Amino acid sequence: MKIAEYQIGHTLPSVQLPPVSRMDLIKYSGASGDFNPIHTIDAEAEKAGLPGIIAHGMWTMGNLSKLFTSYHEEGFIKTFTIRFSGMVFLEDVITLKAELKEKVNESSLFSVTAENGQGQAVIKGNVSFHLYQD
Amino acid sequence: MFEETIGKRSKRCINVVERGAVKKFAEAIGDPHPIYVDRDYGRASRYKNNIAPPTFPRIFDYGTIEGLRLPEAGLIHGSQDFEYNRPLIVGEEIVCFSKVENYYEKSGTSGTLGFLVIKNFGEDSGDNVIFTSTTVIIITEAVRKGLKT
Repeated sequence: MKIAEYQIGHTLPSVQLPPVSRMDLIKYSGASGDFNPIHTIDAEAEKAGLPGIIAHGMWTMGNLSKLFTSYHEEGFIKTFTIRFSGMVFLEDVITLKAELKEKVNESSLFSVTAENGQGQAVIKGNVSFHLYQD
Repeated sequence: MFEETIGKRSKRCINVVERGAVKKFAEAIGDPHPIYVDRDYGRASRYKNNIAPPTFPRIFDYGTIEGLRLPEAGLIHGSQDFEYNRPLIVGEEIVCFSKVENYYEKSGTSGTLGFLVIKNFGEDSGDNVIFTSTTVIIITEAVRKGLKT
């Protein structure tokens, strides 16, 4: 289905990620250049007062964008706004969701979230998807 | 101590949307879609090339802002946004810089929190903005005290 065919209240197919692994975060550290050790080394996370290593917020945000990747011929993400509201720990099972809220001119506005296994939003925000007019 | 950095900006840095970096990044966010990683697929697309994921600008060098000193540990990433005029194309050069948009403090139950707002810019060689991204960093009282010593 095309983005243009979605109606208000419709959701894009949601995606459940495999349980978060240390290797996921090591890979993201390398690919992003964010080597803050609270994301990869237990002792450093504990020193920072955390119960264990936590995912980079940008890892979760990066994952969330994939809900829109396959619509690349129809348009692109014009704005992507996120508030980080919870921490993601190892073994957490994250589900990515997007719901169409509004259509304004050439844009479709979605609310987006990544939820943990307890149904709490760990990140939350909006995507404005611009539709090409040609 | 952050107030005096408001409005300051870094010198422009040239970055390249490198093919290998895009592939690694796409894999690291679990999104190795062919529009990001497969040359032939990219060529056949409306972009005539591969593009980069929307959060890819995280990896760019934006230069240093004079006088802005951030602690190595203890920063909290509060919020993040990206605004695009078009997707990034693999292989293109992006001129990047960053600017301190704002700094303000709010009192809460756990002391006074500082909010540092940094805006990053990515432009083409003709000074046209391709994207901007805004990061809000939360700096706790304890972390700010550590900086002063």
